[in-house]
Amino acid sequence: MHVSRWISSSISAATYILGTTARLLSLLLAVSILSFCLVSAAPFDPVTAFIGPEAVISPEQKAAIAAHWGLYDPPPLRYVAWLNNVLHGDMGISLIYRQPVTEILLERALASLALMGLAWALSGILGFVMGVVCGVFKGSVFDKITKTCALALSVAPTFWLALLALMVFSVFLQWFPMGMAVPAGKLAGDVTLADRLWHLILPALVLSVSGVANVTLHTREKMVTALASNYANFARARSESRWQLVRRHGLRNVALPALTLQFASFAELFGGSVLAEQVFSYPGLGSAVTAAGLRGDIPLLLGIALVSALFVFSGNVIANVLYGLIDPRIRESAKPFRPKQKKLPDTSSTSPLPNTPDTSSSPVSLPSPLPPVIALKPTGYHRRPGGCSHD
Amino acid sequence: MTTHTHPHTHQHYLHIHEHDLASTHHHPATYPLLSIRDLSVRFTQYERGLRQITLETVSSLSLSVDVGEVLAVVGASGSGKSLLAQAILGILPANARISGKMTFQGQELTAQRQQQLRGREIAFVPQSVDYLDPLMKVGRQVQGVRNSRQQQQAVFERYGLAPFVAHLYPFQLSGGMLRRVLIACAVIEDVSLIIADEPTPGLSHAAALEVMRHFRELADEGRAVLIITHDINLAFDVADSIAVFYAGTIFEHAPMADFIAGPDALRHPYTKALYRALPKHGFKPHPGTQPYAGALPAGCLYAKRCEWSTPECEQGTIEMRALRGGMVRCIHAL
Repeated sequence: MHVSRWISSSISAATYILGTTARLLSLLLAVSILSFCLVSAAPFDPVTAFIGPEAVISPEQKAAIAAHWGLYDPPPLRYVAWLNNVLHGDMGISLIYRQPVTEILLERALASLALMGLAWALSGILGFVMGVVCGVFKGSVFDKITKTCALALSVAPTFWLALLALMVFSVFLQWFPMGMAVPAGKLAGDVTLADRLWHLILPALVLSVSGVANVTLHTREKMVTALASNYANFARARSESRWQLVRRHGLRNVALPALTLQFASFAELFGGSVLAEQVFSYPGLGSAVTAAGLRGDIPLLLGIALVSALFVFSGNVIANVLYGLIDPRIRESAKPFRPKQKKLPDTSSTSPLPNTPDTSSSPVSLPSPLPPVIALKPTGYHRRPGGCSHD
Repeated sequence: MTTHTHPHTHQHYLHIHEHDLASTHHHPATYPLLSIRDLSVRFTQYERGLRQITLETVSSLSLSVDVGEVLAVVGASGSGKSLLAQAILGILPANARISGKMTFQGQELTAQRQQQLRGREIAFVPQSVDYLDPLMKVGRQVQGVRNSRQQQQAVFERYGLAPFVAHLYPFQLSGGMLRRVLIACAVIEDVSLIIADEPTPGLSHAAALEVMRHFRELADEGRAVLIITHDINLAFDVADSIAVFYAGTIFEHAPMADFIAGPDALRHPYTKALYRALPKHGFKPHPGTQPYAGALPAGCLYAKRCEWSTPECEQGTIEMRALRGGMVRCIHAL
């Protein structure tokens, strides 16, 4: 019994992982084909991008380089050649940085992850706290001010905010440096962690602003809905105080959608980082993609397209899996509830009215009454807490 | 546990307290547990832009219920019955305004007192699974904020809920389990008044009857039970008296015996029509509809449909008055 259950749950777990991997691979393939079509159609001249616009070489030499690189081959052939190299771990050499694309991606992704991670955590924590406070004290002065600011900030363009922040905090107040990830003119070996953090704070703050605004508004709305719900009203009718209500029912029901939103926000975060990094000259993926796009660095562009697709995809997968693990409506309905009839006390015999046929002793496992924003296939591989015994 | 007695052997008569109707404070001991005088609930709404309208969803409602008694408030769906429960508990939506006077144990039921009493002296049995937190296990919810786990287990045992049910989430409950869980929420608190709002939807007749018998049992143990329902047949089986709800008010509050005796024992023309409309009493339909809460007529709310209607019916306020051991809101009732 236990073994067969274990086997069946392992099989569904394996199915889920295989399915996710297949979707990831097909997504990456689609993204690479689409990006390749776009860069092929764009008026990029890789040879000029490589040698630089000032260098004077004859058209014959240019043509020789182009022929050497296979630029006269039909696009499908070039794509297949690129794909073959990528599958062998070679994403090509960046035309503007003269370094292997994989090395650049790694270095830039680390810098970007620090920036985006900080902004992400800030927007999640700050937004959640402010949203909860606003929702609980709906209609208060704090709520009104926060709501108005959040509405304004959520539509403010990131690059404009970044410029504003640079002007105020770096130029006038001089609290923070003028962009970059490390102090200019300092040897790489001398750069401390404090230096890096100091350079990270302003871009991270700016990047988190729209996230904070969105999470605040969303959490506030969910909290207001939760506190006006029938279950909150019933709890009130059972003498629960406002704080008990918030703690027992409010936070519980608000945390789930907030968590989903937080992981699903990876795409926006990446989009915002492109603009913020550009303004702060922060050497992350975002500024690399701008440089690559403006100067026609096709290998780097394709590499970044793949990495960003992977990044957003993993955010969504994490949201899906977490939702399935945390929300009991998905977790419990993924595994149909089977009480062991033999071990259960006979409910009808303990009923105060033995004559009435007990029409209700078998629990039913209904499908989730509230489908999640991102539906998780009810694969049922999530383990029930406490194993499979209910006795 | 009190032995179960058939409700119809209870020769209850309504607790008519003439002095209570005059709303004075002479002898608290003779007051019914809960007494409501001229309760009105109004909602202010914006209709089409900035035009404000007032909906009087409960108007001049009077009734009383005492310890040991099951009172069924019977009315059509959507006639504002649930608001009565919310008004007594003080959990109406923020845009609701109430007027009138409610007393509990002889003392006026103010908003502050409602807050102290609800959950402690007055319990609410809601109508659907929406009233349980979807993300909290049933056992913890029944336990609430003031009771022990042992109390929760005891009340589960009383209602035939197996221990494993405590670890289920609300969405995993069957209809019958849900009813028992909701009743358990009320019983775990040692209250003297239980207000149940439509406690039997979606149940088979047998299961609904079992739920109603639970309420009968709770009243026999010395509580007052007020059941709000649209199902008059279920009320017949367990209630001591029935209050007939129409367009936000009570037309007649009569002992159960009068509903068994038939239309001649009943007082209000609407109650008589309701009696004749029941399948087992001729199934005779009654033309017309209840008036809309936004446009209530002056005088009697039933005048437009009433065969006894005279010009006096459409003037002034029709007061609730005592008649033949019951209460009626009709100037012509004999």
